[in-house]
Amino acid sequence: MAIERFPIEAGHVLMFARAIGDPNPIYADADVAAASEVGVIPAPPTFVTASAQFDPDYPLRPKIGEPWFGSGREATGAKPTVPSGGGGGDGDGGGGTSLHAEQHYEYHRPLVVGDVLHARGRKGDTWEKQGRSGTLKFTELVTEYLDQDDEVVITARTVAVLTEGPK
Amino acid sequence: MSVSAASLNVGDTRELELVDDLTRTQIVMYAGASGDYNPLHSDEKFAREVAGYPGIFAHGMLTMGMTGRIVTDWFEVARVTKYGVRFVRQVWPGDTLTATATVDALREEGGVHFADVSIATVNQDGTTFLTGSATARLDP
Repeated sequence: MAIERFPIEAGHVLMFARAIGDPNPIYADADVAAASEVGVIPAPPTFVTASAQFDPDYPLRPKIGEPWFGSGREATGAKPTVPSGGGGGDGDGGGGTSLHAEQHYEYHRPLVVGDVLHARGRKGDTWEKQGRSGTLKFTELVTEYLDQDDEVVITARTVAVLTEGPK
Repeated sequence: MSVSAASLNVGDTRELELVDDLTRTQIVMYAGASGDYNPLHSDEKFAREVAGYPGIFAHGMLTMGMTGRIVTDWFEVARVTKYGVRFVRQVWPGDTLTATATVDALREEGGVHFADVSIATVNQDGTTFLTGSATARLDP
C-alpha cells in the first residue's frame, strides 16, 4: 500500500465530522479554528482512515468499468481478497472472512487542513489464537503518514483478524 | 479550551451519548466520507444473501470515530497524542451508543504534562462494543 498524495481539505473534514456525528464547530468554521490553539481547522483523530479515498488500489471502492462484489441485479459479484487495512482503512473484507480487530494511532503533531500527506505501509506481526469456531489469524499493518516536509505526522497500526465467517 | 494538569485527578470520568438509534443513513454517510464502501456496511442484500449476516452493520471505524469525541470534547483534538481501540463486537442499525472516559494516570515527561485515559463504548443494554485508551497533552 502506498498513497502518494492525500491532501487534507476543509470540505472532506466537514463531511467526515458530520459522518461521525461530531458537531464541534472547529471542524466546520474556519473562524472558530482560527481562534483555537492550532489556528487552522484540525482533522478528527481517525481522519487518516479516509486516505482510502486517495489509494488508487483500495479494494473496498468500486472502480469505474470494473466488476464490484456488492449487489446489483444479483446479490453478488466477485469477492475481493482483502484484508486491506490499507490506508488505515477498515480491514473487513467481503464474505465475513476478515474483520477489523484493533486500530491505534500515534499523533506526532496535529493534522490540519492544508497538510498534504503521503503514506507508506508495512506488514507488522502475525499471530494466531484459538477461537470458538476455529483458528483466528491476526495480521498487523503499520502505516506512516508523512507531510509535505517528509516528517511523520501520524503512525497507524491496524490489526485485522481472519475468521471463518458468520455461518 | 485546553485542560490543565492541576485541574484533573486520577479517576475523573466523563460520559457522552454518541448516537441515539444509529441509522443506516449515517452508516452510508460514513462510507462516503471515509471511502470504505464495503457492501457489508450499506448493501442489505449482499450482507444477508452473500455474507450471511443478519443485515448490514457499522464500520468499526465509525464507532471509533464517534467514540473519539469523548476525548476531543474533553481535551481538544490538537492535544491528543495517542488514540487506540479494540473492536469488541459489531454495531448494528438501531443501536444507541454511550462512551465513557476515565483518567488512569497523570504524568510529566520532560516538563510536559499528559493524561492517560481509558475508554469504553457501550450500547443501550450496557454491552461493550469498543474499548480503548488515549493520551492527551495538558497545560501545567
